[in-house]
Amino acid sequence: MTDPDRPSRTRDEHPPGRRALLQAGAALGLAGGLDRPARAEPTPAAPPAKPAGAHPVARKVAKVAVTLSVNGQKHALSLDPRTTLLDALRETLRLTGTKKGCDHGQCGACTVLLDGVRINACLTLAVMHDNIPITTIEGVGGPDHLHALQQHFIDHDAFQCGYCTPGQICSALGMLGELKSGAASHVSAKLDGPHEASAAELRERMSGNLCRCAAYPNIIAAITDFAGKAA
Amino acid sequence: MRAFDYQRARKPEDALSANAARYIAGGTNLLDLMKLEIERPERLVDLNALALDRIEDLPDGRLRIGALVRNATLAAHPLVVARYPVLSRALLAGASPQLRNRATTGGNLLQRTRCPYFYDPAQNCNKRDPGAGCSARGGLTRNLGILGISEACLATHPSDMAVAMRALDAVVETRLPGAPGETLGRSIPIAQFHLLPGSTPQIETILQPGELITAVVLPQPLDGAQRYRKVRDRASYAFALVSVAVTLKMKQQSVARVSLALGGVAPKPWRIEEAESRLVGQQLSDDALKTFCDALLSGAQGSATGNAADPHRLDNANDFKIPLARRMMIATLRDAAKEA
Repeated sequence: MTDPDRPSRTRDEHPPGRRALLQAGAALGLAGGLDRPARAEPTPAAPPAKPAGAHPVARKVAKVAVTLSVNGQKHALSLDPRTTLLDALRETLRLTGTKKGCDHGQCGACTVLLDGVRINACLTLAVMHDNIPITTIEGVGGPDHLHALQQHFIDHDAFQCGYCTPGQICSALGMLGELKSGAASHVSAKLDGPHEASAAELRERMSGNLCRCAAYPNIIAAITDFAGKAA
Repeated sequence: MRAFDYQRARKPEDALSANAARYIAGGTNLLDLMKLEIERPERLVDLNALALDRIEDLPDGRLRIGALVRNATLAAHPLVVARYPVLSRALLAGASPQLRNRATTGGNLLQRTRCPYFYDPAQNCNKRDPGAGCSARGGLTRNLGILGISEACLATHPSDMAVAMRALDAVVETRLPGAPGETLGRSIPIAQFHLLPGSTPQIETILQPGELITAVVLPQPLDGAQRYRKVRDRASYAFALVSVAVTLKMKQQSVARVSLALGGVAPKPWRIEEAESRLVGQQLSDDALKTFCDALLSGAQGSATGNAADPHRLDNANDFKIPLARRMMIATLRDAAKEA
């Protein structure tokens, strides 16, 4: 919890919500003498308390300069190259709308748009995205200015716990761009477009986003409704 | 993840001069393995700024695909859709849309096996730790190989793309580290690109250290029909249990030309050209197809269900792949013949 590169957060910027309380709890746990493994660190930094060489991970790493362009805002950063785009968004830029699910590219909770194209932010390094426009769920819309697709997710009850929802929404926006471009999917009868936003097509094209609450029928309904109105 | 030095390559020479480096392009498999510390590169060279992201329609009718072309871009490219539909279909059957948007042509060829014992550092694996032994024997073999495997390793190559490229006789173009200003490159037929494990399963391709894939070239388009069929445990987003890539040209009810490669069964796309030659001139009769399938599956060894305590467990056997591959080859060839 003592990453020197992480900007210290002030109460003015972020009122102490659930996230801050959870972090405070975790810090107390450490102070109480619990021997937490290094992987409890939210960023992949070497444990600072141990001398270099004591742990195989502890090795001096040259920081790399990168400018992340997120939701129209540029952030000049100096990062440990091991930092995934997902961790840079969540831990460095405090854009915690993008979620960490499996952290291995299997669940889609970390889906963001890279120049409009959907990718898994957990399977790419932040330093690989110098000055490339990135859109996260915060850039799609917020409580005061919901994106139409977000409203459709609410209207169709397209989530229960909501953890996969930012990824589902970013993925759906990228997916509809792919559909509009005429790209086929595994279930398309023909390889050349155009292809309809049928339920079968949407299910296949959204298969990179898992929902443990299994809100799939309502997610498909929300996207279908949005795609019909947007067309 | 272990620490590494990171460098961005602006031109191929930057990459080729980086000693002992690993290249990163899409990173969708490499970073996954680095998080598990199965891959531990000292230095990572980022190739994404290299101008290897083009698809060129060559004057002689071949198609050159830059190594950095993303899987999604390749699958949707009009020339691939029109001339090499088996490749589009194979790509679309692989991974998830997010991964296909990131994964590259070169990286797809170089992805590592998804053998669960390779992925689990608590297990013995000759590929991960040469000489350690293979915990997969007698274990969960459902996604492991039946052909081309060895005492040391049962792993399969997980790519769908490579199976289609094998049926299409693709050629991998590379550059090798050399003296400044010197251009050293070679063209590797995809049949020779991936190696069988033998006693050295850690060596998976013919590439030399530092050798850089620059492109994959597809030969002139073939007339006739092309098919890719994949059977897996889920309808989407799963690796193949068995897949089949076919190109077929019929003439007066007989085979004029055929190529067929199997995926999901071997450490490399599995194809036997001699069997194809023997099928030419014949009708797709039950006997001719049986002879053809026998040749492809010659030497196939599957493991039978070995867990008597848990007979409903389905992942501890792979002998079902032998009849499955046979049925898929026959069904896919007969389906292709309707349009070939």
